[in-house]
Amino acid sequence: MKTKKLTLNKNTRMNFVTYGVVIVAYVILQTMVTTGSISSSLKGMLVPICAYVVMAVSLNLTVGVLGELSLGHAGFMSVGAFTGVTAALALQGVVASGPLRLLIGMAVGAVFAAIAGVLIGIPVLRLKGDYLAIVTLAFGEIIKSLINNLYVGVDGSGLHFSILTNKMAMDEIGRIIINGPMGITTIEKLSTFTAGFLLVMVTLIIVFNLVNSRSGRAFMAIRDNRIAAESVGLNVVKYRLMAFVTSAALAGAAGTLFAMNYSTIIANKFDFNTSILILVFVVLGGLGNMLGSIIAAAALTILPEMLRSLQDYRMLIYAIILILVMLVTNNAQLKSLFSRIIPHKKEAADNE
Amino acid sequence: MKNTKKLISFIMVVTMILALCSVSALADGEAFKLGGTGPLTGGAAIYGNAAANGAQIAVDEINAEGGIQFELKYEDDTHDAEKAVNAYNALKDWGMQLSLGSVTSAPANATSAENFADRIFALTPSASAPTVIDGKDNVFQMCFLDYPTQGGASAQYISSMGLAEKVGIIWKNDEDYSTGLRNSFVDTAAELGLEIVAETTFAAGNDTDFSVQLTEMQNAGAELVFLPMYYQPASLILSQAAAMGYTPKWFGVDGMDGILTMEGFDPALAEGVMLLTPFNADSEDPATVAFVEKYQELYGETPNQFAADAYDCVYAYKQALEAAGATPDMTNEELNDLMIEQFTTMTFDGLTGTGMTWDETGAVSKGAHGCVIENGAYVGLD
Repeated sequence: MKTKKLTLNKNTRMNFVTYGVVIVAYVILQTMVTTGSISSSLKGMLVPICAYVVMAVSLNLTVGVLGELSLGHAGFMSVGAFTGVTAALALQGVVASGPLRLLIGMAVGAVFAAIAGVLIGIPVLRLKGDYLAIVTLAFGEIIKSLINNLYVGVDGSGLHFSILTNKMAMDEIGRIIINGPMGITTIEKLSTFTAGFLLVMVTLIIVFNLVNSRSGRAFMAIRDNRIAAESVGLNVVKYRLMAFVTSAALAGAAGTLFAMNYSTIIANKFDFNTSILILVFVVLGGLGNMLGSIIAAAALTILPEMLRSLQDYRMLIYAIILILVMLVTNNAQLKSLFSRIIPHKKEAADNE
Repeated sequence: MKNTKKLISFIMVVTMILALCSVSALADGEAFKLGGTGPLTGGAAIYGNAAANGAQIAVDEINAEGGIQFELKYEDDTHDAEKAVNAYNALKDWGMQLSLGSVTSAPANATSAENFADRIFALTPSASAPTVIDGKDNVFQMCFLDYPTQGGASAQYISSMGLAEKVGIIWKNDEDYSTGLRNSFVDTAAELGLEIVAETTFAAGNDTDFSVQLTEMQNAGAELVFLPMYYQPASLILSQAAAMGYTPKWFGVDGMDGILTMEGFDPALAEGVMLLTPFNADSEDPATVAFVEKYQELYGETPNQFAADAYDCVYAYKQALEAAGATPDMTNEELNDLMIEQFTTMTFDGLTGTGMTWDETGAVSKGAHGCVIENGAYVGLD
């Protein structure tokens, strides 16, 4: 009983530390942006970092909290990116405010990614372990192929769709939004660091509250022992679907944020490699550890850019550093060193 | 002990990296800072490295002459739009005044929007998609536009030379380059009454076995197969067709340039392949001969059209800067305006064409040559 209470307190404290870290990072970086003391290189990475943070935190909900290995997270990002940007572009003449269009885009992206999550979730969540990983992997590839062959245009009479080749008959004011393998090339760059920060905060609030709720405890019960969870009357499929769809919706919103930071986006960007990259953020940051995911996502996005001066050896050194970090953070002796330091800190705090 | 060693080695690696990061560039104001992004690593690295090498040769030659001085920096974008914008921003931090854009089309779509927003003039050697220059007054191309020009020109060429009656197409349906060429080819073919008897596709990830596509071509009786794609899949198609004993006429595009120097590819398989390219490494033209010799000496291979395009870009800049009387202490905005004025009015002679001019959209006008591969070398068709 006592240990249970302690862990809960620790969780709540950890959540507030996470919010604090994100807010402080935002304030510092935003001050640097307004005073112009930030390099163009770092400034250009702020929005992608926010998008990757949201991706990592949402995947951590599936992988860390629910305990299911998903290899198709970039697929949801792709669905969100293409639907969200299409909505924002189609509303160009209707809604004047840029931030509002971005918000609508993100909401549309989240909704469509959630629908994709439900569609894929119903059959897939009856599987477990490796099978789930294989099907989510296939899902990511299917989305990529679909969007590569999808043509969407908008004109006076509304949206037009075409598959395989561009057969759309549009009036004079018609313009193509999604152009098959060329993706979207006319994106208005609406994403801002502030929008990214707000999305990260919303994501954290949703994920933390979900995890610390009755449903969250059900997720963890299912993760730890599915049979035991079922025997006490938990609806396993419902809870798994709930976590999976939440994760998908957040990934969709992140996809829109990411896409609206560039003037162009192609479906091949959201391939298997991107899914794995996000999984690396989650594993490096620690399963179930949201702050870890945030730091890992930010650090691993910046690292390759910091290593530019190494030229051809850049990705080699990146990989070596990644392996070293994994070794160091998994090192039993270092862990015991940290656990020796942390109780001291705790005692000191308690004494005050 | 072992762990301490690991920790120390990790710290040393980090220190080394930080030490390398602090290496500074030349003083400002002595040379024009010319920056570009391209795939220096990854699947498309052959294009990025060729462009970077070609540009470097031109910069070294111009700097050796005295007069206008350039400082060139190429950053890796791994053929990815996100990485290309990062690379572009890194170049901006370095102080880039003039840009060579991006080498490949998808990254160039992203960086050209940045060039436009930041008022840094860009002349891309090889990003040929129309969207790269569309609506951007300060982004220019050295290569001709793919889709309107090349696919249509290929169909025109096949029809006017009477090369074949029945044409088959194998194309990559998840790549803008291939899809664009195929579409313009099909449109022109329909106008000219060229019969397309079979069309098959492939995509990234299933581009190693072409037996299905080739069998379909064979069954449909295609006399000529149009291959709008880069050279890697094309090399596989050629060798697998040879293994099947299927020998139609092959017609390629400029992306097939490089197939002859590809490692592990038997140039005999490409015998008789026809393609349109603006650059011919076997040309007798003295400038081309000198460039090819120098490239072979420095990098040990025959330059492709990407190298030649990048080489031309640097010389076009030199001509424009001299004509405008620009100096390296000018800001990128001042240079931007001068360059727009020069490029829309000047005529440039380079390795990839003579009498090149640019219109206000930034598209270049120059001719494409039909070539056929004979005895492992390009020979002009006309």
